[in-house]
Amino acid sequence: MLETVAYWMIGIGLGFDLFGCIGLVRLPDIYNRAQAATKCVTLGTCMILLGVVIAALGHGEAATVVKAVLCIAFLLLTSPVAAHAVCRGAYISRVPLWEGSVEDAFAGRAEQIRAAQTQQGVTDGEKAEAS
Amino acid sequence: MSLFIQIAFIILTFSAALCLFRIGRGPTAPDRTVAIDILGTLVVGFCCLMAVWTRREFYMNIAIAWALISFVGTLALAKYLEGRSYDA
Repeated sequence: MLETVAYWMIGIGLGFDLFGCIGLVRLPDIYNRAQAATKCVTLGTCMILLGVVIAALGHGEAATVVKAVLCIAFLLLTSPVAAHAVCRGAYISRVPLWEGSVEDAFAGRAEQIRAAQTQQGVTDGEKAEAS
Repeated sequence: MSLFIQIAFIILTFSAALCLFRIGRGPTAPDRTVAIDILGTLVVGFCCLMAVWTRREFYMNIAIAWALISFVGTLALAKYLEGRSYDA
């Protein structure tokens, strides 16, 4: 019984992983790719880990269960933060949106951030030029 | 169990190949950064399946360490893309 549930969880997680990676290849710009790939692959890997937890419960391996639960917690905490940081960095470094995009809500705020950066001269290249 | 895990490894390897395609082709640097992050997450799943298949729990240690190191690396690349210094 536990074994069957573990198979199903791992199988569904593999499906999410595969479709997330197909989205990473097929979608048109960085923002679409990042949101498709991050959400799908995070959920898919967490479901694989849940399947591993159930399988290890069936085998009676307590250490594997604890480490897999820790791994789920780390992934759920870190993966969205990393994707958000990369997308913010991409927008501020002027990576263009797809030409079919309909809304650009971050444009004004990004201009403020860029203006503050040039005012302070905080980029590493400018620091190296100044010294 | 064995055949199922082998098919799972094939699917994960195909997903990793798609990520490598995006790393090689990706027109901008953030594309490559996201693909590297996703590749790290796939490796975590790979290590966990290895732990179940071989019944050796040290693969779980590799998975936890890989998840954390991949997160730190992606954050450093993101701050570099944003043009900020690393200690601000």
